[in-house]
Amino acid sequence: MNAPINLSNTIAFNLNGNKVEAFEGETILQAAKRNGIEIPHLCYMEGMRPDGNCRSCMVEIKGERVLAPSCCRAPKPDMEVISNNERALASQKIVLELLLADMPKQDYKPDNELTYWAKKLKVSNPRFEPRMSPDADLSNAAIAVNLDACIQCTRCVRACREEQVNDVIGYAFRGEHSEIVFDMGDPMGDSTCVTCGECVQACPTGALAPAKNAAQIVPDKKVDSVCPYCGVGCQLTYHVKDNHIIQVVGRDGPANHGRLCVKGRYGFDYSKHQHRLTTPLIRRKDALKSETYSVDPANPLAAFREATWDEALDFAANGFKKIKAEKGRLALAGFGSAKGSNEEAYLFQKLVRTGFGSNNVDHCTRLCHASSVVALLEGVGSGAVSNPVADVQYSDVIVIIGANPIVNHPVAATFIKNAVKKGAKLILIDPRRTELARLATHYLPFKPDTDVALLNALLHVIVTEGLVDEKFVAERTENYAALKENIQGYSPEVMGPICGIDAETIKQVARLYAKSKASIILWGMGISQHVHGTDNARCLIALSMVTGQVGRRGTGLHPLRGQNNVQGASDVGLIPMSFPDYVRVDNPEAHAKFEKLWGTELDSKPGLTVVEIIDAAVDGKITGMYIEGENPAMSDPNTHHARLGLSRLEHLVVQDIFMTETAYLADVILPASTHAEKLGTFTNTDRLVQIGRPAMTLPGDARQDLWIIQEIGKRLGLDWNYAGPKDVFNEMRLAMPSIAGITWERLESEGAVTYPCEQEGDPGQEVIFEDDFPRPNGRAKLVPADIIHADERPDADYPMVLVTGRMLEHWHTGSMTRRSGVLDAIEPAPIASIHPLDLDAEGAKAGDILTIESRRGSIALIARADDGIPRGSVFIAFCYYEAAANLLTNPALDPFAKIAEVKYCAVRLTKGGDIPTKLGYHSEAAVA
Amino acid sequence: MSEVKIVNQDKLRKRQGKLKGRIVDPAARAEIAAVLGKTSRAKDLLIEHLHKIQDKFGHISAQHLAALADEMKLSQTEAYEVATFYHHFDVIKEGETPPPALTVRVCDSVTCDMFGAQALIKDLKASLGNGIRVQSVPCVGRCNLAPVAVVGQNPVDNATVQSVKTQVQAKTVTAPITDYISYQQYLVESGYELYKDCIAGKRNAEDIIKIMENSGLRGLGGAGFPVGRKWRIVAGYAAPRYMAVNIDEGEPGTFKDRHYLELDPHRFLEGMLIAAWAVGIAKIWIYLRDEYAGCRQILEKELTNLKKNPPANMPDIELRRGAGAYICGEESAMVESIEGKRGMPRLRPPFLAEVGLFGRPTLEHNMESVYWVRDIVEKGAEWFTAHGRHERKGLRSFSISGRVKKPGVHLAPAGITMRELINEYCDGMLDGHEFYGYFPGGASGGILPADMGDIPLDFDTLNQYGCFIGSAAVIVFSQHDRARDLALNSLKFFEDESCGQCTPCRAGTAKAVQLMQKTTWDQPLLNELSGAMMDASICGLGQAAPNPISCVIKYFPQELMSRN
Repeated sequence: MNAPINLSNTIAFNLNGNKVEAFEGETILQAAKRNGIEIPHLCYMEGMRPDGNCRSCMVEIKGERVLAPSCCRAPKPDMEVISNNERALASQKIVLELLLADMPKQDYKPDNELTYWAKKLKVSNPRFEPRMSPDADLSNAAIAVNLDACIQCTRCVRACREEQVNDVIGYAFRGEHSEIVFDMGDPMGDSTCVTCGECVQACPTGALAPAKNAAQIVPDKKVDSVCPYCGVGCQLTYHVKDNHIIQVVGRDGPANHGRLCVKGRYGFDYSKHQHRLTTPLIRRKDALKSETYSVDPANPLAAFREATWDEALDFAANGFKKIKAEKGRLALAGFGSAKGSNEEAYLFQKLVRTGFGSNNVDHCTRLCHASSVVALLEGVGSGAVSNPVADVQYSDVIVIIGANPIVNHPVAATFIKNAVKKGAKLILIDPRRTELARLATHYLPFKPDTDVALLNALLHVIVTEGLVDEKFVAERTENYAALKENIQGYSPEVMGPICGIDAETIKQVARLYAKSKASIILWGMGISQHVHGTDNARCLIALSMVTGQVGRRGTGLHPLRGQNNVQGASDVGLIPMSFPDYVRVDNPEAHAKFEKLWGTELDSKPGLTVVEIIDAAVDGKITGMYIEGENPAMSDPNTHHARLGLSRLEHLVVQDIFMTETAYLADVILPASTHAEKLGTFTNTDRLVQIGRPAMTLPGDARQDLWIIQEIGKRLGLDWNYAGPKDVFNEMRLAMPSIAGITWERLESEGAVTYPCEQEGDPGQEVIFEDDFPRPNGRAKLVPADIIHADERPDADYPMVLVTGRMLEHWHTGSMTRRSGVLDAIEPAPIASIHPLDLDAEGAKAGDILTIESRRGSIALIARADDGIPRGSVFIAFCYYEAAANLLTNPALDPFAKIAEVKYCAVRLTKGGDIPTKLGYHSEAAVA
Repeated sequence: MSEVKIVNQDKLRKRQGKLKGRIVDPAARAEIAAVLGKTSRAKDLLIEHLHKIQDKFGHISAQHLAALADEMKLSQTEAYEVATFYHHFDVIKEGETPPPALTVRVCDSVTCDMFGAQALIKDLKASLGNGIRVQSVPCVGRCNLAPVAVVGQNPVDNATVQSVKTQVQAKTVTAPITDYISYQQYLVESGYELYKDCIAGKRNAEDIIKIMENSGLRGLGGAGFPVGRKWRIVAGYAAPRYMAVNIDEGEPGTFKDRHYLELDPHRFLEGMLIAAWAVGIAKIWIYLRDEYAGCRQILEKELTNLKKNPPANMPDIELRRGAGAYICGEESAMVESIEGKRGMPRLRPPFLAEVGLFGRPTLEHNMESVYWVRDIVEKGAEWFTAHGRHERKGLRSFSISGRVKKPGVHLAPAGITMRELINEYCDGMLDGHEFYGYFPGGASGGILPADMGDIPLDFDTLNQYGCFIGSAAVIVFSQHDRARDLALNSLKFFEDESCGQCTPCRAGTAKAVQLMQKTTWDQPLLNELSGAMMDASICGLGQAAPNPISCVIKYFPQELMSRN
């Protein structure tokens, strides 16, 4: 990274005969630019470490024998610099001419920087003979590699190795034979390249460019927005032409600083997929529901008929009203969306609470960080992160447990990697050896399901070796005595064999974490998706509290939030036990406040959670549901059971963009808006509220989610007249102290504001818990945990462990990304990752079809050999409808958070089985 | 979006059955683990480990390279870009054929070219057959015995097709060891007494540094920075400080370091240790070019002897091998190489004295510069400055090769002229050869005509003519040679050796070769190109590469006028 620029200190020097002021930390090139003097440059790119290799920015510095690269030199007081005399210009021009001589006739992109500078300095018709041109490499679905336009500036190398730290691009060989390579000179599409596109964004000449000449198309407009996928919340710019997104470019947002991952950069085309729902649909009488009923998304009319909006909305609302009248308000439930906007989520929970009349509202956080949030609310009084991911730059020790950010929060992972390269120590705790292990100073491959054993052992070391921050514990926590008592039985020597990590390592790690100046813990589903998920999180909280590693820069607790707006959805009350801002529905004060704000009576009993609602549907206790932007038929554990429940509903209203597995069982389907078609706010994992803007208009007769929810609300008798998201946001501010100080105007102009921001004018607080915790007495509560086993452990019949999770290229249930050309091209088929020796034991090899069965179901997938997977387990992502992983998973719940144990159940493997000949959603594709 | 996609299931399963990229197979992993044994996997040892693999298997397969990367926690490309940078590593990818078991390397640099290297290469390729690889390589540091062919690691001097064939057939592939002064012998001749005195506190570091300053000894690798001053500068920076000794002697025409190593290695080691003591050095790395296999055996043996029975406390000393890259003779590129990376010179400032090895202040010296420390300190600065000719001071080891009767390393007064060297030290020109021109300082020091053969040869004296003495690698040529051909040979050398980092050198050397290969040189364009290379290249290679071109244009214009 460049030296930080200190705006308060200036250095006066002489540039081209004029006195010029440079800020401390600026280079000559930067100071010149700021003063209106343009010096040619190619290998320098703002935001990137300057490398000084192209030599087109040469300037003469008085007293120096040779010319100097202005991009790499800092001005000194009274330094005399000339960028435009004969000598400097001669070098600048020869460099441009040398590079030009080797360029192909056509530009691969319109804003080719070499072309720009050559034109500016009037360099043309190079007098040198060209080099041999390498062939094009078009093996990557999204990126075209044309190294005949490469000027060897190494911006792509820095982008890949220093920014994204994916370490794919190298600069191999020597001299004139030097070339940009991927891995060991392999075709890009065959390499370890993850198609993040950072190199494309960095390349000045288009040698690395979007495939199919996308960069050559001149957009009609550019729209600044945010990414629809994960909780990192990258800011981006859509390039739009003829109402289509043609390209996505990274924007400098607080969470991403211009970086993107393969999904955000190349996964934008799903909005225009032919399966997009464009008219309301009502189920045909002859399409009888069952748990196995399915619809071909290419042919919805096989089960539905088209309807007008009025008919469909009336039908939807009337169905709810009927059930409410006949069976009571508790027979209704709603699943809102963690991918929709805050405004949509807020209105949705308000609809359930004031329209249905119960707290039976939930969303996929239940399947994700529910246990983390419960533990945090209990322990520190707040369910959100204490420090943003970016704080890792201030950490000396970074602990990552039960998370694979390289796959699930790729851009956040790049900042973690940057911190490690700068010297931070990474402690990676995960039974799977994921890619991050290469950079870990300590990698702990503990046995699945033994989190509490390991974490309590760490606590044991800290307590018994006097590493506790006594002052912090005394002043800012409560219940330490109980914790201390409890961990007595958890010595590293005893826990070692249980968790599979030797005592010495446990001690080293505990000491490292405790003693460092700033330690931070980031965690994910490995912690939360267990029947002891809440206990797991309690241990993490305890670790940070007893060592005082919280409430300061570079410290704290960060549950990495998955969906782009799961933080926001929870914040605005899309959960059964709380109103917006986490005040419990059975809290008398809160209850009174919201009855007043919403002008109606409200149920004070916490509602049912996702899995409980499905169970109630199976039992016939819940007969009507409104599901918006969620796909529980794929994402809920024990799919057979979930689909059974959904099929038994009398009235299922599904609002979505595609015919999802859940929609197969709907009575009415309402076609809604994609992320790139709506205006709204979205809250990322860092508590950053950001604005997302529409880049395209809606196709066919699809409508805005917000409008649809309002229309149903109106038909339920609610007096709603929100003109748009801004109105809803302003009501949210009245409901939620945490964002009360954020104005819509500020969001529009700044793009992003962190909460808490309680008064207008507050900047927004990134690091919280500096002085106290939002609990009654201001202290954090330490809650001891004991070992609880997974609900269903391997046995003779089902001897292996199933771990479910995600993949880089696909998002969750795959409804969006399986419909994206680039993403599905990279990972088109269902796979099960398994250790090669376990494959051997089955007499199978990589690429064979395996059938994986649990007590609940059976699926067949392609075996992928991965020696990072622990022996005796298999890892499956839940994004393939052809082999839905949740058909196998166990709906056993954590008692406090009601989250299901999708990270652990028992399965058996056999070689053989069939995968469908037609894969994915390209309905014309055939398999030979 | 609606493209018809016919997917072959077998292909699909094969592709999706594996993780992205090249998978390391367990057999390769086991082999690499065995090769590495218990040695450290620290990243700076990458080149050392690559040598182990190349030595054992005769090449480095992609699988082995990937397994090594894995062992060292590097990405595949990090290992690949380093392995492919150095010419001594044969990286063989899947489907490619490994080289034959034996390689005969024939030098084709300036002097060897004069003595028929091209014909030798052609004839050897024809007569040795396909089972033997014949490679053209850059200067192997035996120019006084040109032409040279190295059979495995065994140098065949004054090579002919027959003499090479004989060695090949006899399978003599190891370097013969010269008769050098061993540790025991060196001790007998008062070796290490001075060092012992230093460590015992009988000598004062400040005094020693002053002696070195007063002697006027300047770096003998080519850059000529005053030795004593450098010690003072580095000593002024905070500890820990490191030291790097440069024995990457690669400048065509230079072989003095080899000469002294093969004669009296401990004199250099003692000088090195005294420097380390005076400056306060925590650890020393010695970087030896890989072409000097015989020297490597000598140094390995003598370092072991020294460490087993040290004369006094010594800092850690690590010996490192180069891997076939002239650019690693450039001090910052050498430091990069010791750190396990490609030999790409660093941008300065900061200079090595301030930020060198592993971010620490570093004392970097050419081997010969510390070779003289013992003599200078024992005999006094005045002993050294008493030598000299034409008002220059000191002694200089000239590596002389070319059309003279007695080529070799000649220790002569600094400031001596070419003519004087030919007459007094080299026994005159070879019969039938008339003095026509000479390289005063290797391929990078420029080319001068005979009628400029009376210029004193020393630091600073040649700069006004667009030349420099560098490492005092003097190549003498005659009317049987053409300066423009030797200049082209030099530029081809620079083109091959350019690290590729910066445009003026990477592209400039290649374009210069193209221009020089034409019958008629485009002199204005070559001059323009030369100016930019001199002004804008990152390091001395690019900056000096144009010197032969400018000199031919200035001093040998007759060669460029018509079809000579």
